[in-house]
Parts: sequence; structure tokens; C-alpha cells
Amino acid sequence: MEAMLSLFIKAVFIENMALTFFLGMCTFIAISKKIETAVGLGIAVVIVQAITVPANNLILNVFLKDSALLQGVDLRFLGLISYIAVIAAIVQVLEMVLDKFVPSLYQALGVFLPLITVNCAILGGALFMVERDYTFAESVVYGFGSGFSWMLAIVVLAGVRERLKYSDVPAGLQGLGIIFITVGLMSLGFMSFSGIQL
Amino acid sequence: MTDKLRRLLDKVEPKFTKGGKYHKYYGLFEMVDTLLYSPPNRTIGAPHVRDALDLKRVMGYVWLATFPVMFMACFNTGYQANLAMQGMGLEHAEGWRGTIMDMIGYDPKSFFDNFFHGFLYFLPIYMTTFIVGGMAEVVFALVRGHEVNEGFFVTSILYSLVLPPDIPLWMVGMGILFGVIIGKEVFGGTGKNFINPALAGRAFLFFAYPAFMSGDAVWVAVDGYSGATTLSAAAAGGMQAVTVSWWDAFIGFEPGSLGETSTLAILIGGAFLLFTKIASWRIVSGVMFGMVMMTILLNTIGSDTNPMFAMPWYWHLVTGGFAFGMIFMATDPVTAAHTDTGRWWYGVLIGVMVILIRVVNPAFPEGMMLAILFANMFAPLMDYGVMKANIKRRLKRQAANAGAKS
Repeated sequence: MEAMLSLFIKAVFIENMALTFFLGMCTFIAISKKIETAVGLGIAVVIVQAITVPANNLILNVFLKDSALLQGVDLRFLGLISYIAVIAAIVQVLEMVLDKFVPSLYQALGVFLPLITVNCAILGGALFMVERDYTFAESVVYGFGSGFSWMLAIVVLAGVRERLKYSDVPAGLQGLGIIFITVGLMSLGFMSFSGIQL
Repeated sequence: MTDKLRRLLDKVEPKFTKGGKYHKYYGLFEMVDTLLYSPPNRTIGAPHVRDALDLKRVMGYVWLATFPVMFMACFNTGYQANLAMQGMGLEHAEGWRGTIMDMIGYDPKSFFDNFFHGFLYFLPIYMTTFIVGGMAEVVFALVRGHEVNEGFFVTSILYSLVLPPDIPLWMVGMGILFGVIIGKEVFGGTGKNFINPALAGRAFLFFAYPAFMSGDAVWVAVDGYSGATTLSAAAAGGMQAVTVSWWDAFIGFEPGSLGETSTLAILIGGAFLLFTKIASWRIVSGVMFGMVMMTILLNTIGSDTNPMFAMPWYWHLVTGGFAFGMIFMATDPVTAAHTDTGRWWYGVLIGVMVILIRVVNPAFPEGMMLAILFANMFAPLMDYGVMKANIKRRLKRQAANAGAKS
């Protein structure tokens, strides 16, 4: 239990998906203008990440690992393509399920849900899981934690951006430029966790 | 004399106002003019608060409040250096400081020797900060057409007080450039930034040149002398490794960054700021509360391997940059939370984070700078939460009132 808790804290703060690894930058920067939408997208990422990382863990252990499917056959070279296919499929299914059973949430998430398919934080989560050889239980915790870390980062960025609405940015830096600087300064703050051993 | 000066300023003013020859440099004129005299223009529109306390006065007060700290910074830097030289058997300091100090002497018991020796370290750092950072500030003001702001007075003095005494001057310049330009000016200048520029500059140096900003060799201004700060001594060997007494640490006789050592001087300045209501008492109390609670929690949990768990809160208060950060850095009105409830949360977050970094993170013995930068990011979110809660409460109250009427 304690190991799981420290894995979660590590995933959220020390190895923050957006502010330490800089993954999922495109949606991170595009959809952080308002706190409400940032929270919506963040929740979608948490859900998808918490489902896809364990799912990919199963795919890896049941099909791809050395001698998992057939004796003497190592299918790990199919890793990348199968992980992304699993993510895309799960997002599609999730979209249909939400549309049918929870239409309010489906409406709220809108276009973000399909967008998540191409969010590199999601694929990154799956690849970190493979690289670190997580067990199934660990991958559930890690998926939830890394999704939550991304959500935390985008909500904080949206908060800062709402305050920066009143700032007076030089012409050359308006738009993307100032946001990159903002994100860089934020990750300076997140450096406070680097070096913690759990 | 003052009349003549006023008349001179009035005479040249048309040249700087719109249509004048030097209109481009109005920022510079305004800076000199309002520094010397109260500006004649007053707020007249309805939505403004009319108050005798303008930004210039606020910044001036903060600057004034750092005087005891500056004083102790000079004294303690010199005291530590003289003490170290006596311990190593050195007769003369190196370089130009040695030439000057040879005329005065190096007696660690003499007040003036100590003060002057420290002053020779503090002055170049402050001058560099002021000239380099001030130039960046003026260039931005001229090009962007806003006024040169007194905020920089405060930024420069706070920045130079959190540096180690032995730091190379080119590094001082780099840090303040980063702080002023990236931390503040690219967002539009004073009041528009979201992180503390002085701390951004220090954090930049801390991560770019860790050998000059941390470790044991940089805190006492004598080459080859290694004196650990109280915090890093405690992190390495527990409370029994701390050689200074609590009172020494409180008054400031310990190695450390220039202005961070003397909790007493900081609290004197802090009392002034709290009394004049420039520093928010909610933030300061929040930081204290968060720090004490977190320390007691960690004391209770305890640890066999990490001696920092057992450090009591009154030691956390007097070591490292805690007091300085709490009074001068966390209370920066621009980068803190803007709502009263938000300020409590903001303070508590800093207090909790600083203890977490100090105790749990072995990479950094000191955590105040990073804790405040971390809380700066969360401040807008706290304001947002407080605002939403207020809206909800008022809606409820309105609904209840409407229900009562019908």
C-alpha cells in the first residue's frame, strides 16, 4: 500500500507529465485559456489514462512479451503500433459509452475526447509503463497518477493564464511565445520536487 | 535649492511631454521627477480608491523595512569572514578588499571592522544588481513607453540580500537580468507578472550555477573556507551537528546568504511592514501556521534515517531563508493571492511546502525559494476557487431571500 502511495505521489509531483517531461504540449497550450475547459479536458485525460495504461499493460503481458503468445516468439516490436491502436480504440468506445449513458459529461467534454487520442502524454504514459516494467496493479496507480499530474498542470496553467489576461506582453511574444515562457517558469517551480527519492 | 530644482524640472518638462523634443525619454523624466516630488496628478474618476498611499510610497516603505536586514547583512558577512580568517591564521584578505581592509583591520571583535568588511562585499553586489537590472528596466520602459517603476527598488534590494556573499559579480548581473526581463518585463512590467522576479532570478542562478549557489564553500566570504549553513549541517548530521546556539541563529551569527541569517532584523522590518499594513498579516500567519503544523506532523511521524524529521519548528524559523521569505518575498502583493481567504491558503501552502522540501527532499537543504515560486503558480487558482465559492454563497443567499419574500 505504501509503495502504491509513493508511486502515485511520484507520478503526480516528481515526474509531472506536463511540467517535468513536457509531454502533451499541443493540447496543454491550446486548451488552457479558461479554467472550466481545462478542468474538463483534465478529467478526460485522467479517465483515458487510467484506462489505457492498464489495458496496454495487459496487451504487453498477454500478447507481446517474449514467449507470451507462442513459445519463442517476441512480439515487442509491435509495441508502438498496438499501444496507439489500443488508445484510439478505447477513446472511441469511451466516446460511444459516454454519449449513450452520460450525455451531460459527453457534451461537456465535446471535442476534447477525440483529441486525447493524439495527446502524447497518453502514449507517453503507456511507454513509461513498458520501460519501467510495472505490474498490473502498479500500472493502474501509475495511469491514474500520471493523468492526474497532467490535469493538475493544465488547471494551474489555466489559472495563471486567466490572471495574465491583464498583462501587457510585447508584440513579438504575444500568443504562444509568452505561454512557453510561462510554462518554463512554472516548471522552475516544480523543480522543488526533483531529487526526492521515494 | 529645492525651489530651483523644482523650477528646473518644470522648465524642461515641455520637452518631454507629448510633442516635445525628447518625448521618447518621458519615462526617464518621470522617474526623476516623481522620485523627488509628489506627482501633481490625482485620481478623479469614480471607481478609483483615493488614498494617500500610492505605489511609490508602498515600495519606499518596503525598501525602508529592509534597512535593519541590510545592516545585519553587512555586519554578519564581515563577522563571518573575519572569524574565518582568524581561524585559518590569515593576516590579509585578497584583492582590492584586502588593500582597503589592511587600513582598517580584521578584528572579529571590532564592530567597525566587521561591518566595513561585510559592506565591501554587499556594496558591489548591490551596485551590480542596481546598475544592470536598472538598465534593463529603463530600456524596457523607454521602448515600451511605460513608466520606470519603483518596484525595481524593492526587487533589486531583495534580490541582492538573498545571494551568497562570495558570488561572482557577472553572475549577479545574469540573475537580475533573468529576473527583471523574463520574470517581469515580458509580462508587461510591475503588477503584471505572476512570479516573484527576485526569486526567479535567484532560482535561475541556483539551477544554472549550483556550485556557486549551494554547498558549503560559498557562505563565508573567504577563499578555501568551508562553512556549512545551519540547515545543511542539520541535514547532514541532525540537530547535534548544529554548532551555533538558537540565539546566535536568531540574531544572525551564522553563515548564510547575505540578508537571510538574521531573523531578528527581519522581524523588526516585518513588524514595520505589518504595522503599516503593507505586508498582509494573513499571508505571514498562514506561512507560520503551515510551517508549524507541518513540522509537528513530521516530528510525530519521525524517521530513523532522516535526521531532519526531528528538527523542531523554532529551529526552522531561524535557519535558512524562512524568515526573509515569509516577510519580504511571500507578501509581494502582485504575485500572492489577491483575495483574503486565498491569502490564508497561499501562506499555508508555502509553509507546508518549505518544510516538505527541507525535510523530505535530500537534493535541496533549503526550500523557501522553491516553495514561494511553487505557491506563486497556485495563487491565481486559489483566487478562482474563493471567487467561485463567493458566487455560490451569494446565489444561495439571494435564493433564500427571494424565497422569504414570496
